[in-house]
Amino acid sequence: MAEKVLMKGNEAFAEAVIRGGARYYFGYPITPQSEIPEFMSRELPKWGGKFLQAESELGAVNMAYGCGAAGGDGFISSSSPGIALMQEGMSFLCSAEVPLTMLNASRGGPGIGSIQPGQADYFQVTRGGGNGDYRIPVFAPASIQEAINILYDAPALANEWRNPVMVLVDGLMGQMMEPVLLPEPKEPLKSSDIPKAKPWAISGSEKGERSVVKSLRLQPEVLEQHVEKLFEKYDRMERELQRVECTDIEDAEVVFVAFGTMARLATEAMELLQSQGIRAGLIRPITLWPFPYGAFDALTDNTKVVISTELSMGQLIEDVKLGVRGRFPVKLIHRTGGMLPTSLEIVDKTKKILEEVR
Amino acid sequence: MKPVFQYTKGMTEVSTSYCPGCTHGVAHRLIMETLDEMGLLGKTIGVAPIGCSVVAHQFMNVDMCESAHGRAPAVASGIRRVHPDKVVFTYQGDGDLASIGMGEIMHAAARGEKFSTFFINNCIYGMTGGQMAPTTLIGQRSTTCVDGRTREQAGMPLKMCEILSTLDGPAYIERVALCDPANIRKAKKAVRRAFETQLSGKGFTFVEFLSICPTNWGLTPPKAMEWLKENMMPYYPLGVYREPEVQ
Amino acid sequence: MATNKLFFAGSGGQGVLTMGQMVTYAAMYADMNATWLPSYGPEMRGGTANCTVVISTDKPVSCPLIYEADNVVVMNLPSLLKFESLVKPGGNLFINSTLIEQKATRDDINVYYVDAGGIAQSLGNARTANVVMLGAVVEVSKVVPVEMIYKIMEKTFSGRKAALLDINKQAFHAWKPE
Repeated sequence: MAEKVLMKGNEAFAEAVIRGGARYYFGYPITPQSEIPEFMSRELPKWGGKFLQAESELGAVNMAYGCGAAGGDGFISSSSPGIALMQEGMSFLCSAEVPLTMLNASRGGPGIGSIQPGQADYFQVTRGGGNGDYRIPVFAPASIQEAINILYDAPALANEWRNPVMVLVDGLMGQMMEPVLLPEPKEPLKSSDIPKAKPWAISGSEKGERSVVKSLRLQPEVLEQHVEKLFEKYDRMERELQRVECTDIEDAEVVFVAFGTMARLATEAMELLQSQGIRAGLIRPITLWPFPYGAFDALTDNTKVVISTELSMGQLIEDVKLGVRGRFPVKLIHRTGGMLPTSLEIVDKTKKILEEVR
Repeated sequence: MKPVFQYTKGMTEVSTSYCPGCTHGVAHRLIMETLDEMGLLGKTIGVAPIGCSVVAHQFMNVDMCESAHGRAPAVASGIRRVHPDKVVFTYQGDGDLASIGMGEIMHAAARGEKFSTFFINNCIYGMTGGQMAPTTLIGQRSTTCVDGRTREQAGMPLKMCEILSTLDGPAYIERVALCDPANIRKAKKAVRRAFETQLSGKGFTFVEFLSICPTNWGLTPPKAMEWLKENMMPYYPLGVYREPEVQ
Repeated sequence: MATNKLFFAGSGGQGVLTMGQMVTYAAMYADMNATWLPSYGPEMRGGTANCTVVISTDKPVSCPLIYEADNVVVMNLPSLLKFESLVKPGGNLFINSTLIEQKATRDDINVYYVDAGGIAQSLGNARTANVVMLGAVVEVSKVVPVEMIYKIMEKTFSGRKAALLDINKQAFHAWKPE
């Protein structure tokens, strides 16, 4: 059996996606994820992969588009302002149905903002950002092991759906170390096997029909049909990809909703409240899109209030309200700009909210 | 009976959607005929730009993809990493390559990426309807400089062959013109040299085609050819700007 | 012990992050759950360094961030001034008395003055001051088994660095409670 190793988040993320089969990395340095391109430049060639430092995030995402269109299993990573630039490419990737694994270490914004953990890019990653009707599955792990497992599966998932897949973390997770188990490396796809494995890819291989990877459909009827076809896929994703972890919600009078780093704080706040005799529970969405709205149906009449706990001015709360569907009051506990609350702060604010709603 | 003209296998048998007199069709044919003659059609991957030739993949009979505005060199760099043994090219216009895609072309050239870029310079944005391009000449009218481009307002037009010649990455750079049979024959030789140099693994190769846009210039095709010779050629001198090193 | 929260602070070069990592490795080898979290970003400028270690014996670590700590180590004066308040009532504060003349102000905590630099010097290797301090922390808190600290030392000080293993083991046991 594999032995546990102590790994720093950023290096573990990179190692996991290589073990998951990705062999092409394109990136541009931006804090707090620059250790990923550093790791990739050092390690990827040892796995027979290729590292290319792009001239910009625009360059990186479009290199990845070319790589994916050519049938390669690619990986890009960046942080909030860099992701904003990459969203140009995400729209094209989705329309052209090109697979790609992406990691976003989100930080405080708007603007160049701060480099500390932030979740103010929730709308950016779940509502598009790029132009047009498109969807990207967004996974928000709360531990390094969970991130490893998701990133390990991501290249296969992107290929299965022929769609980009995003994993959302932050600088805190990138710098943190936790004991982890690394999964066995998967066999990567060889260039020579691409024409067979991905006949749609532009591989420059005589294989009968030539391949064209494109997103232009000037005739509106044709574009509408294409988008409707994409949405049949997105509908299936909504049914099949949702992931959520619910803790002690059945008899909870207060239910937190939180993801990523904030879920770690909310977990401790929940435990502190429980130790004081207050029944608290936690809904932790692991996929932010598709959002696990159905998880809220399990809340019972014991619930007095649902609290969206987030590192933004109130973005996650919109999905929480859609999930709650007016059954309970929905409140917000938050910090932003890269500031983190303590779990005690969450406990205090929760008690005040409970006094209001009781 | 010997046929005097026939379709090249490099082109699909559909009529192009370009305006009458446009030289995109000529450039397409030169590239695809050359690939056919070199026996490379089945081994080639092309990248189309944004601009009139966004639809190039409908006519060029090889594996192709579209790219976002100006990003074709980045896309081709990605393709190259996956298929190092294939022939890769981008086909880009002046707005795409010299304006929005300046970062991508400069860095791909600087890296010495082993693909070929065919640059259509007709001094205007075609698809969006005749706006000023980075290559629009001083005094030339466009819908965003109706009294003619001035140096004060827009600076001088960019000379891409000269700019790229400052870099060490390119192995071959040449500017040709699609204005008469003699120049078109020279252009085809340049296309061949670009692919041969790419195959030799020496580095980035770049061919600029001085081209015409009768529609947006408001000239008949013969007049447009004359305009190219009289106005473009003096500012954009033809010739080889980087000679492939003989090894 | 279900959960034990440790906090190590000092200036860059004092081995503060290493102390935290050694405890985290030891916890992992002992099949405990653990997180190690360094301060990063603007805080790091100016040469201060700190890290937080949370160890949990019975379940995954809920939260790698802390609002109070069972054990706090301060290696320089600014860290004492800033982080004395972080020690939870009844918790332990370890003060590097080699560099810090000032005394702790609280009386609801256990304070240990460890002459880490002096002891390390007397052993002949001033660079082991952080290991002397770590020895004090493990001796007092029993947060991880001593054998597991040995295990990470043996992994760290192998090959070209093997000669340093003995001095580090000595340093680890050099501090004795008064």
